[in-house]
This record gives sequence, structure tokens and C-alpha cells, in this order.
Amino acid sequence: MFDRDKWQEIFSTISKNKTRTVLTGFSVATGIFMLIFLLGAGRGLRNGMTSVFAQDATNSMQIYGGRTTKAYKGTPEGKRIQMVNEDYLGFKKSIEKLDVISAMSYIPGAEIISYKNNYGNFNVSPVHETYKEIKNFEILEGRFLNEKDIKENRKVVAIQDVVKEVLFPKETAINKLININNIKFKVVGVFNQPSFDDNSREIYIPITVAQNIFNNNDHLQRISFTLNDISVDESKKVEQFITYQMAKRHEFSPEDKNALWIQNNIENSQQFAGLFSAIEMFVWIIGIFTIALGVIGVFNIMMIVVKERTKEIGIRKAIGASPSSVVGLILMEAIFITAASGYVGLIAGVGLLEVITKFDLINKIYPPAAIYFLNPQVDLGIAIGATIVLVVTGALAGFFPARKAASIRPIEALRDE
Amino acid sequence: MIRLQNIHKSYITGTNKLHVLKGIDLHIKEGELVSIMGSSGSGKSTLLNILGLLDNHDEGVYTLNQEEIKAMSETKAAKLRNNLLGFVFQSFNLISFKNAMENVALPLYYQKVARKKRNKTALEYLDKMGLKDWAEHMPNELSGGQKQRVAIARSIITQPKIILADEPTGALDSATSVEVMNLLKEINQSGITVIIVTHENDIAHMTDRIINLKDGRIESIIENNKINSKETIRVPQE
Repeated sequence: MFDRDKWQEIFSTISKNKTRTVLTGFSVATGIFMLIFLLGAGRGLRNGMTSVFAQDATNSMQIYGGRTTKAYKGTPEGKRIQMVNEDYLGFKKSIEKLDVISAMSYIPGAEIISYKNNYGNFNVSPVHETYKEIKNFEILEGRFLNEKDIKENRKVVAIQDVVKEVLFPKETAINKLININNIKFKVVGVFNQPSFDDNSREIYIPITVAQNIFNNNDHLQRISFTLNDISVDESKKVEQFITYQMAKRHEFSPEDKNALWIQNNIENSQQFAGLFSAIEMFVWIIGIFTIALGVIGVFNIMMIVVKERTKEIGIRKAIGASPSSVVGLILMEAIFITAASGYVGLIAGVGLLEVITKFDLINKIYPPAAIYFLNPQVDLGIAIGATIVLVVTGALAGFFPARKAASIRPIEALRDE
Repeated sequence: MIRLQNIHKSYITGTNKLHVLKGIDLHIKEGELVSIMGSSGSGKSTLLNILGLLDNHDEGVYTLNQEEIKAMSETKAAKLRNNLLGFVFQSFNLISFKNAMENVALPLYYQKVARKKRNKTALEYLDKMGLKDWAEHMPNELSGGQKQRVAIARSIITQPKIILADEPTGALDSATSVEVMNLLKEINQSGITVIIVTHENDIAHMTDRIINLKDGRIESIIENNKINSKETIRVPQE
């Protein structure tokens, strides 16, 4: 199979028909290139989307109060549902498979936050310490809020890295006191959080502090929690359970879809995974059809090659070439053309993905899209798969022409002037 | 060496059946130099193809080198052709993208002889043909006579028992034709059976026996003077 004569013969026919071979190879190379590039890009999109949506844990749910759209037990429609601490405590006790739960309240009015002469307008969210399990924070310095902070109404604060840049451009932030609506809070930690929103500037303070100092009430803006080991169906039951419990406590119709907003990340993330599997499948289909077109090209060329070489094959058979050696000759040529050009396509596709990653091209061309596109790459499995596809299709493209060549009768071939 | 008994061959073209050979009986002994003559359509090429295992006969018994030739696999036929037979054609049938030496060496490739060894052997045979200096030349750089000599070198490199030549001088001028015939005679004198298909009388008369074909039958066999016979001019070999 690897003896020099066969290769020499393959190269001599290829080099006699350079343009034809190159054009044929080009179609195969394009097919593989498309497949690799699209798969890599799809993977990049999936990675990007996952990291963006990973700001909420994929096993989490969030509940927001809404406004009723149905009259219920004497109350007219349009009643505002205001969640309170009691709801939080109720869920904490009653939801099965609950992992962690955190409420979030709010502070009214403008939030001017300052440190010495630096100030800015940031979003202040009062939460429980468990909130860090629900959002994917990356703690850069210090720590997040802890249980003691909540229980003891400590005036402490965790700030996002971008906030730190504004307030403490040249110094460390930990243990410094910042002003929030003229009340001093001690910075205990700096964190980073992935987000769709480039303008996210978050500050977290203990929920108890906000309720006692700023609001003087027990209102909650949202309740977030995570669930252990839960399926999509189970998560829907939890949704229902919450709706009924809230409907009972706040007196609205459990059928009222607008009284309560529930964001079910378990269901969302599953839909997401399904969406990306579908995209990937679509890409494979496009890639495979493109490769198929290329392979049909190779098949065509090999048919012509066999036709052109009829006489030569006849001579070879007359002087003792066995049918199998003729099949081998044509088959190897077909496999060589597909494999070599496919390899070129593979390298080009992987190369383009590498270039995109290395020079951060998407960020340069269209920055808003950049966060949705992370680490585009093809894994080894796909590369191996593509190689197998190539060799198999090459063999297929060569098989029928080769069989035709092997069935050439020497006398007819020699008569073919 | 070759024994044909009542060989029939027909070709089917569409709905027509063309009966080409209508019962050929022939015996060619080892070391003979024989010519087959006949007008076009007489079946001489078909006969040569059957003798050369390039085509199957329909009926009759063909014994080659004490072995009866029946329908056999392509692979087996290829091996027999490679070991037992050498071909020389009117249009030389050299492979255009191989040089003279590679063309001569090709039959040895199918015997799985190592590259160096078969190129060395090919050079020796080209030397015998007086073409050593042309070993690296491509066929299109050679004259007709040179091409035919390369083809002859290729046909004998496997040391076959029989050389089958189909109009070997058909594309050559008369002086070159004589050269080629002398080469074939030399080969014959080394003990190889040579069968030449020709339509030229003077070429046929250089052989021991002329077999005249007409309409698929042997019309006559003419024995020439035994100037080439083994008894008188057998040159000791090796």
C-alpha cells in the first residue's frame, strides 16, 4: 500500500491535471472547512451563552410579585402583590429539595455612593448571604456577605470590580468606609459577575440593614432559591406549589398568570441545551451535505481519470496487473485527493477559529456580540470524526471508478486509441 | 507448447451474434517462430487475444504449457500472462508518463521485485536492445523503432515462454521493420516461442510457419524453409 511506485503513479497523474485536481480538492476542502468552522462557532456560541446565563445558577428559580389581572374574592383586578419576609420564611420551610434561598429587597430613592471625592450611581441590592450561591460570583478580594452580617445588621458591603474601579481607582477597597445615602458601610469584598449587561454596577448589602435602616418595612422585591437534584417536571411542580401558596397568602386566583412572575432557570437551561443541540445538528447536516457535494466531485473526476487511463490500465493488465492492484491504484488516488484536501480544509477551519480567539476578532468587529461567543473550538473527537468521514467518503468516491477500471478488458482497452 | 482444438469464439453486439472463430485446430511447438496471416476480419487478432489470455474462448480446448485454459479468474489470468507471456503491439503501448527504463521494469513490479533490482534488470535488457543511453527518456522522445525495442525489452524481461506480437512492424518503416524482426528472431533463437500476427507477406516469410486465416478458419499452413529451425541454427545460450 505504501510502496513508492504507487505513490509515484498517483502523483504523476495528479501533476498532469493540476487544475482539475485542485478544483476538485477545493470542494472537499470547503466542505470540511465549513463543518469545522461552523461546529467551532456553534461551540463558541454555546460557551458564550452558557457563561452569560451562568450568572444565574442553572438549578435556580426567581419569584417576583406582579399585579393581578383577575378579580378574586371581592378584590378587584390590578392588585399589586407585594412579597414580604413571611413569604421568604414560608418557602424556606416548605419547598422540598431546597438548597439555598435568598430574598432581595430594595432601597428607595437615588443611590449616591461615594468614597472621598469619588462617587457614582450604582445599583444597591440588599440580599441574604446565600445569594452568592444563586449568582455565580467570582470573589476577587475579601469575602461576600456572611450570616453574621445579616443577623447582626452589620453595615458592610460587597462591591463589583467596576464599582471598585470608580471609587478606589488607586487604592485597596477592603475595610474602607463608603457612603450609601449618607450612611457609612464597610467594604468587605470585591467580586466579578458575568452579565449580559455591560453596565452592571452592583453593590450588595445585608437585607436586614436595608429593611431596618432605609425602608423600615419587610417588603421584598424578589426571592431566589436553588434546588437540589431536580428535573424539569419537578421544577414545574415547585412552580405550581409556589403559586398556590402565594395565592392563598396574598389572596389572588392561582390561575392568574400575572400575579406572580416565576423565572424557572431549570426549564430555561434545558431549553437552551436543546436549542444548541439542534444548532449543532443543523451544522452537521450542512457540513455533511457540503462534503457530499465535494465527494461527488471527486467521484466524477475519478470516473474521468479511469476513462482517460483506460489504455494504460489495459497495458498494465496485459503485462500482468491483477484487478486488485488496479483497484488499489484508483482507490488510493481518490482517498489521497479527499484526505489531502480535507486536511487542508481542517487546518484552515481550525486556524480561523484560533485566529478569532487569539486576536479577539469578534470584539473588534462587533463588540456587543463578543460576550455571546467564547472559546470557539473543535474538540479532538470532531477532528477524528471528520478525518474518518474523509477517508470513508474518499474510499466511496474511488470505489466505483476503481471497480470500473478493474473490469476493463485489456483487449478493449488496447483497441481504445 | 500451445495446442488448440476446435476453438470457437463469437461476439454478441446488441442482438447480432458475430461468429469470429469457427473451429481452430492448431499446434505450436516450443521454440517455434510462427506467423498468423489474414485479412482484417479473418479473426487473427481474436485468435491472438485468446492465445494471450486476454479473451476467453467459447468452445474447444486450449492447452498452454501443458495446462488447460478454462474460464479463470482475472487475477489468475493476470499472473499467467505475467509469468508465461510477453506482448508486443503495433502501437507499442508504452506508458507515456514513465521513462524507458520504468516501462521495461513494469512487469517485474507486478512480480513484486524490489525497485532497485528491477531497474537494474531493465537497464540490462535495454542495453541488449542498444538503448542504454535512452533509459531516462520518455516514450515521446523516442523514435518508432526505439519504442518498439523498448516494448520488446519489456516483453522479455520476465523471461516468458511465449512472445505474442500483434503487427509489431505495422507502424514502422521497412528498414526498422527488418531490425525489429531480427530482434524477434534472436529472441526466438534463445528458445522462446514467438507468434507474430501480420498482414505483410515479407514479414510472414521470415518465420518458420505461416498460418493463413480466412473467415475464422485456418485456410492453409505454409512451412517455410527450415532456416530458423532449432536443429540447424540453435545458438547455445548462457
